[in-house]
Amino acid sequence: MTDFVLKRMVALLLPFVQMFGLYVIFHGHLSPGGSFSGGIVTGLGLIAFSLVFGIERSEEKITERMTTLIESFGALWYGAMGLVGILRGTSFLMNKGSGISLGVPGKLYSGGLILLITLGVGLKVASTMVTLFTSLMEEED
Amino acid sequence: MSPEIIDLLNIAFLTFLIVIAIAVSYVRDLLYAAILLGAYSVTMALIWLLMSAPDLAITEAAAGIGMTTLMIAVISRTGREEK
Repeated sequence: MTDFVLKRMVALLLPFVQMFGLYVIFHGHLSPGGSFSGGIVTGLGLIAFSLVFGIERSEEKITERMTTLIESFGALWYGAMGLVGILRGTSFLMNKGSGISLGVPGKLYSGGLILLITLGVGLKVASTMVTLFTSLMEEED
Repeated sequence: MSPEIIDLLNIAFLTFLIVIAIAVSYVRDLLYAAILLGAYSVTMALIWLLMSAPDLAITEAAAGIGMTTLMIAVISRTGREEK
């Protein structure tokens, strides 16, 4: 696909789509949405880029090895955040009980570890969408 | 919104949902079927919104459009005609 209008529109909209995806991820504990829907929006932005500009062009921006690494990093990050509770002498994934400040209710920092955990899950969902798309497009028939 | 308007909108959207769901199974062109499924998920997102579940509405819209995009990607590899 080499349509001029399509390319310009995607180039114009892509930053806003990515920003909205990250917004939904980071505000998962305050407003509707969360890591799953925000991650899908972020991944769809990258998919739109590779649909319009071609897979080769998006391989230069973010390689398949990098998406695989980010995917594994998301799961490991979740586990590491769970281990914080154990290292502080309480149970797995313990949030307030392990002495983490919960912040001000209603503000962005108001959930202790939840913000960091949703970041990991959002990264994993986004890179899974991209990996699904690239593996579907590159599959041999 | 008053309850009567919400009821009317609910009836309209649910009727539209049934029509789309039947149309998907009758359409022979797979590309049209994928696009109709996108319309299905958008209608379903509106219904979730009417039921005061914006969380599910966002997820339904994002996941539905994502799956439609993936289906169109597969269709572009395999061909549009149903066998």
